[in-house]
Amino acid sequence: MSTESGTPDDRQAAGEAATESRTSADDGEQPAAPDTGAGEQPRAPEAGSGRGARIGVDSWVAQSDSRLDLGTGWGGSLRRFDRRIGWWPKLALGAAVGVLAGVVITNIGVQQVAFNAMVYAILALGLNISVGWAGLLDLGYVAFYGMGAYGYALLSSTALGANSTGGLHLSAALIILIVTIGVGIVGLLIGLVALRLEGDYLAIVTLFVGLAFVEIVTNFDSTVLGGVNGIFGLDPLHVLGHQVTTTKGYYYVALGLVVVIAAILHLLDTSRTGRAWRALRDDTLAARAMTIPVNKLKVMAFAFGAMVGSVAGVLFAADQASVSPSDFTAAVVILIYACLVLGGAGSIAGAILGGVLITVVEQMLTSPTDAAYLFYGLILAALVVKIRPWRYLAAELAGIVLFGLAAHAIVSSISASAVAGQPGSGGRIGSLVSGWVIVPANAGTYGNALFAVLIVLLLVIIRLHGIWRLVVIVPTVYVAACCWESRLVVNPAVTTQIMIGAVLIVTMAARPQGLLGTRRVEVV
Amino acid sequence: MQEFIQTLVNGLTTGALYALIALGYTMVYGILKLLNFAHGDVYMIGAWIGYFVMLAFGGPTDISVPVVVMILVMMVVAALGCGILGVAIERFAYRPLRDAPRIAPLITALGVSFVLENTVLLFFGGFTRSYQSEDYINFSSGIHIAGVTINPVELMIFGGTALMMAGLQLLVKRTALGRSMRAVASDREAAEMLGINVDRTIAMTFLIGSAVAGVAGVMSGLAFDQITNTIGFLAGLKAFTAAVVGGIGSIPGAMIGGLIIGVCEAFSLSYISIQYSDLIVFGILIITMLVRPTGILGQRALQKV
Repeated sequence: MSTESGTPDDRQAAGEAATESRTSADDGEQPAAPDTGAGEQPRAPEAGSGRGARIGVDSWVAQSDSRLDLGTGWGGSLRRFDRRIGWWPKLALGAAVGVLAGVVITNIGVQQVAFNAMVYAILALGLNISVGWAGLLDLGYVAFYGMGAYGYALLSSTALGANSTGGLHLSAALIILIVTIGVGIVGLLIGLVALRLEGDYLAIVTLFVGLAFVEIVTNFDSTVLGGVNGIFGLDPLHVLGHQVTTTKGYYYVALGLVVVIAAILHLLDTSRTGRAWRALRDDTLAARAMTIPVNKLKVMAFAFGAMVGSVAGVLFAADQASVSPSDFTAAVVILIYACLVLGGAGSIAGAILGGVLITVVEQMLTSPTDAAYLFYGLILAALVVKIRPWRYLAAELAGIVLFGLAAHAIVSSISASAVAGQPGSGGRIGSLVSGWVIVPANAGTYGNALFAVLIVLLLVIIRLHGIWRLVVIVPTVYVAACCWESRLVVNPAVTTQIMIGAVLIVTMAARPQGLLGTRRVEVV
Repeated sequence: MQEFIQTLVNGLTTGALYALIALGYTMVYGILKLLNFAHGDVYMIGAWIGYFVMLAFGGPTDISVPVVVMILVMMVVAALGCGILGVAIERFAYRPLRDAPRIAPLITALGVSFVLENTVLLFFGGFTRSYQSEDYINFSSGIHIAGVTINPVELMIFGGTALMMAGLQLLVKRTALGRSMRAVASDREAAEMLGINVDRTIAMTFLIGSAVAGVAGVMSGLAFDQITNTIGFLAGLKAFTAAVVGGIGSIPGAMIGGLIIGVCEAFSLSYISIQYSDLIVFGILIITMLVRPTGILGQRALQKV
């Protein structure tokens, strides 16, 4: 691996000069340039990352920074600043925000949500290793989470004792050690099976692994594993005589683990192993040709992902003080996928952000007041982002409001009972929209029909362009609002599930890199 | 012995249904190399469509037309509804991702499956509905051999499956559409250059696969009576296993694979263990993949570089 041509200082200067000239040259809006688009990019001469030559790093890798097009405007400046500061100040900043949140939040319900957000962040981080980095679609990931939880449950309760007494009550640190190593070995074994399988076959086998886990813990020896009811009466986390008893305490423990895991994963990501994973994700055959030990890396990705997932399981079980098979269904794995995909597969910050966002949204949907803010806020944000110039935006918003008022007036003059129902949203927004949306007294079937109409309208919008799209958006938003008030907000559990599915579909279609990921281009 | 044969008949019935679902998987996989997770849910929606057609004809007890006509209409409506659904899914969810990294459409497929399942949950609630087919079909009629009854629904499933399999085989091997399907499956870009309308071919594949799944949904409703919003998940998974065991991309393979899975499942249900029958199917899948990854009738795909 030859890198040496010029002293570190020369390289740094040259690199900066190259970056400067590129930013002034590329004024036009371009998507982030692919790392792999070799031919088209003007090759910057010998640009390091600004920190001098890195030993053992191939010159192509060393130059990768200069090939990135960070864009212009404040977004570009932000990205440039983001690249200039190191990783640990960012992590420290994130941790500080987390600690601050822990200090500020006093409501125990919100603390619980914060804790769940951290658990999902850890889960997304673990899934990111196999899916985001190594490109292995692991649909049985929930089994590792479940193994972690059941591992904690067995080691910290009376489950392994005779006649519901005794049992092991190990300390938390020891349990985490035992459980992560144990689940890591299981991940290793599953990874060995995965070696023979390409992409989709792997997905289906791992999906079965997830199902098998649930079946086994449900049916196997119910005196130990508790069958359908699971295991309860677990000890709280305790280390050297200190017990974690409050939700806030659990939140801090989870936050600490998120920070530690993120740091470890960052080091892993920037190591040779991390690069090799991405190489095998992008082109397994080429990676093998470059003497990368593909099989070993696949197994490693599974094992590491499993270990991280099991940590989340331990936290979950300890906080809930019980585990049951229904906590680890296939729906959970899709939820974790939604976290990862929304945040950005391949990005550590993205995985954490995705976990936090999905948990918070899920929680907000359960409260009619918060759900209203979320729903109308999202629609408004989408319109503001997507519709330019602002005159069109103003016309669009006015159109939506007037359309609704007109529709409400017409329908109420025909039949008073058709608008007799109360909107499902609570709070200020609920009373604000009650004279705007059409909600009949018994809204079930009506809401279902509207939902079907809404999906059709959304599909129509995708196909339309220009002014017609703006015209169709008006009734669509109104139908969405009516459907929301009459049906969706009343069923928060189902709405959450539909939303999670929609997150997967929409993110993949509109922004496959998620919120914080880097865009990937398929190598042909 | 009698129990043995009865189990075999039950297994073949389930297996025929798995085979019908597996068709959709195997055709789509053959042509797009996409594991369409939403396919099991299309089957589930077919069962629901059939249920509502039955209600429209006067429910289980007060049917206004001959039962045979009603069942035919149920199947046709379910096939049409599911076909349209399948084409819409392809058009709006998968087509934009055709050139994306392989993992992207898989994740989309998961999302589509989840949305379909939960939309049905939103519409009709989580409780089970029943076709109550014993009210209008005489299950004790049919063929009796050596104390074993093959009831009319089972006969219909065997006959319908054989008919559809034969029809599809002819379609793929003998018609222009079938030729273009095979061409797109073997090399999409070359097919496009030769003037084949790739988008239309893929849409037709989804139409046919989903329509067959819709018919399978109605058949399973008549045979097993109970439908919920979640019947598609496990059935889809097993049908995919069937497609893999038979050799993915092969229509006779789907048939063989489906029957193998169905029979194995039935025997493990009655002779080994009720709880672990899914795991046994899983075991078959693992063994197939380790011993013969191409399946029984599949051909080894050369990796093009």
